Amino acid sequence: MPLYHNDDQAMLADSASQFMAEEGAIPKQLRHWRDRDCKDGFGHGLWKQFGEMGFTGILVDEDDGGLGMGHVEAGIVLTEIGRNLTPSPFLTSGVLAATALKHGGSDLKGRYLPGLISGEHVFAVAIDEGGKHRPERIATKAEKSGNGFKLSGQKDFVVYGASADMLVVAARTSGSDDDADGITLFAVPKDAENMSHNSVRLVDSSMATHTKFDGVELDGDAVIGEVDGGREILNAMLDAGRVGSAAEGCGVAAGAFDMTVDYLKQRKQFGKLIGEFQALQHRASHLYSEVEIAHAVTIKAQQLLDGGSEKASLMVSVAKAKVGKAAGLSVKEGVQMHGGIGMTDEYDIGLYMKRDRALQEFLGDHYYHTSRVAELSGY
Amino acid sequence: MSELEAFRSETRAWLEANCPAEMREPVRDEDDIYWGGRNATFKNDAQKAWFDACVEKGYTVPAWPKEYGGAGLNPPQAKILREEMARIGARSPLSSFGIWMLGPALLQFGTEGQKQRFLNEIARGEIRWCQGYSEPGSGSDLVSMQTYGEDKGDHWVINGQKIWTSYADAADWIFCLVRTDKENKYKGITFTLFDMTSDGVTTKPIKLISGSSPFCETFFDDVSVPKSYGEDCPAYVGEINRGWDVAKYLLGHEREMISGAGGGENTTTIGAAMKRRAAKEGGELDPVLRAELAQFDVDALAYAAMGEKFLDEIKVGKAHPAQPNMMKYVGTELNKRRHELMMSAGGSTALEWDSEETSGGKQPRGWLRTKANSIEGGTSEVMLNVISKRILELPGS
Ligand SMILES: Cc1cc2nc3c(=O)[nH]c(=O)nc-3n(C[C@H](O)[C@H](O)[C@H](O)COP(=O)(O)OP(=O)(O)OC[C@H]3O[C@@H](n4cnc5c(N)ncnc54)[C@H](O)[C@@H]3O)c2cc1C
Ligand SMILES: Cc1cc2nc3c(=O)[nH]c(=O)nc-3n(C[C@H](O)[C@H](O)[C@H](O)COP(=O)(O)OP(=O)(O)OC[C@H]3O[C@@H](n4cnc5c(N)ncnc54)[C@H](O)[C@@H]3O)c2cc1C
Repeated sequence: MPLYHNDDQAMLADSASQFMAEEGAIPKQLRHWRDRDCKDGFGHGLWKQFGEMGFTGILVDEDDGGLGMGHVEAGIVLTEIGRNLTPSPFLTSGVLAATALKHGGSDLKGRYLPGLISGEHVFAVAIDEGGKHRPERIATKAEKSGNGFKLSGQKDFVVYGASADMLVVAARTSGSDDDADGITLFAVPKDAENMSHNSVRLVDSSMATHTKFDGVELDGDAVIGEVDGGREILNAMLDAGRVGSAAEGCGVAAGAFDMTVDYLKQRKQFGKLIGEFQALQHRASHLYSEVEIAHAVTIKAQQLLDGGSEKASLMVSVAKAKVGKAAGLSVKEGVQMHGGIGMTDEYDIGLYMKRDRALQEFLGDHYYHTSRVAELSGY
Repeated sequence: MSELEAFRSETRAWLEANCPAEMREPVRDEDDIYWGGRNATFKNDAQKAWFDACVEKGYTVPAWPKEYGGAGLNPPQAKILREEMARIGARSPLSSFGIWMLGPALLQFGTEGQKQRFLNEIARGEIRWCQGYSEPGSGSDLVSMQTYGEDKGDHWVINGQKIWTSYADAADWIFCLVRTDKENKYKGITFTLFDMTSDGVTTKPIKLISGSSPFCETFFDDVSVPKSYGEDCPAYVGEINRGWDVAKYLLGHEREMISGAGGGENTTTIGAAMKRRAAKEGGELDPVLRAELAQFDVDALAYAAMGEKFLDEIKVGKAHPAQPNMMKYVGTELNKRRHELMMSAGGSTALEWDSEETSGGKQPRGWLRTKANSIEGGTSEVMLNVISKRILELPGS
């Protein structure tokens, strides 16, 4: 398969790009909700529009009412989200929860997928415990209790947790904290008793929770997949979420890069456009190369994942690591080359820097994934 | 089975039958590479058998049309052949500036007569070419070159000097930039082709820091070059005085070749090999070195994806025409980094210059050779200039 979009994908890219530039634009969404101190951190109206556009069902099978497309298509939407810094629960709901629900029974699918597809409902995932992404270690426990389970522990960095109608929670049903096996995934509804959220605003003005499970009673129906068989589903979710966040990172990198190159063509100092200075030209050209490579490795990882390749997981980590570096460079160079105004709240370039920072941490930063590449390669 | 799947299994079977085991081993020495030419000799029977099989099948230049010695493969087929060759580690049957540089320029700008003659010679490895671009006063600023061809009606008389002419002492013919109009900087250069055994051509090898002498100073003293080699076969490519267009087009292909794009999915990482190497000597990787190796491997795998995307896009006209400059910049900087890391992982063993155990200092010599990657074919700084100007369209560049 060639590493560029086919005709259908190019059409989707056109419509996603136009939609996001209009409806998801920075003044209309990010600044709008931020300046109102919105408790959700995104607009429900836009999320329903995502449903109307069909974005929400991209990764849902056709039999389940979705579009049955793949990670290339989800990535197309995410890249436009990144470019416009559009706050939305697409990554947590349309990518991570949708991937989890692929493995759920018809009961769970029937309960949750219609709300996902229509954009009525929002989903969150509760994986991390602590400030760094370490999904190898899961201490949150789900103990057998009657016909069901009793969940206790704490999850962190649950993006949009307080707005979610359902949380996918990774918990330990057997073994010790560092075991690969013994993980079970649960669909925990928002009204579950003994679940409490401490909702915090993050640097990019998105919302996340520290969520406590203090003996949350769940019946057996809440189990996604098999009891103790959650690791495989979790890994599928992680691959999907990581390649998705790489795609979003590509958009962030490209958005910041384009702004910066435009600025180099406008700002005059020393009687010249600053884009005439070779010191800046070379840095901009280096950055261009890094951003191009980030796009290439992301589509490669998407295709491998869609094709079920055994190399997919490695390439997903390569993509997450490479995009992390490239997007980080793009926003840092962007602020620097804007000079003083890059530091102001009024200019958007700083918003890119903030979003990048949050995206870096989501499902593992470039240190985590670089190290994982080494491990998967045998050193 | 789709047509492409059928092509893949045919290709696999053909390679299985025709690529000898020795030709599936990594290239170790310079003479493992077959360059062709009038004076070429094969290192062994396997090299000859593999070369002959490829010539017959058109696989020395698989994507060229059949009438010019190629196999006429379309882009997806050519990609499959690349992948299948890489999968078994098959060596390139023929390396040549004719394939990488002159051929593409002839396909684009050549007359039918030139294509029939020169492309077939290249495909069959009969003539070895060298590149006469750089001069002592004109490196990055190539268009300032001075080697002059005086118009004598049916021929030119050429005087001047080229430098850094790779393999000039081993080449049969040269594609050479010659100034034919002193008044016109850009529109005064002719892209000429002539025989290196012509009277008045001399070469003098230059020794590199790696100890080998693959390139030369090349002198032209009253070299007489006819304007035509027969019907429809001029001695220049494109038009007289318009050779700069051809020269630039060729540089795009040269840069693509030097960039090393094309490893694709078979690109190997170095971290694991460096760990095994350390373990053999009873040690382990320093954690900071491990981290740098891992960062390198991430970059190398990502660049391999970039190479694949670039080749896919260039074949269908989707790539920016200046993209080879970006590929060359990144690919060569990456290759230098690879060798720096391998030197560090190798420790003092990697310093040995001519011991038998180190195959005559293959590693340090290879390391030094890579330093030229970001100079030859246009320096990294020049690549960044070109990206600034042609891709980013920055002002005043
Ligand atoms: C937090 C903060 C506090 C400040 N406090 C004060 C203060 O108290 N008083 C005061 O007077 N000023 C203050 N400044 C202003 C500060 O000195 C300027 O922002 C700074 O000198 C850069 O100028 P500029 O913002 O106009 O950027 P520009 O000069 O427009 O620069 C934009 C970009 O172009 C690059 N560039 C410009 N010229 C060249 C060149 N020739 N070659 C290569 N690159 C070039 C710059 O390095 C930069 O990356 C403050 C700025 C900030 C951010
Ligand atoms: C191994 C090897 C093989 C070669 N083979 C051939 C061959 O077969 N045929 C052939 O014709 N040539 C060949 N070359 C020559 C090669 O193309 C030149 O070396 C190259 O173009 C650089 O020119 P130069 O050496 O004159 O360096 P210079 O142009 O003098 O450059 C010196 C330094 O200045 C920098 N610089 C120059 N201009 C600028 C600018 N505008 N902005 C910023 N920095 C700049 C360069 O990047 C470089 O770092 C070969 C070179 C090598 C090393």
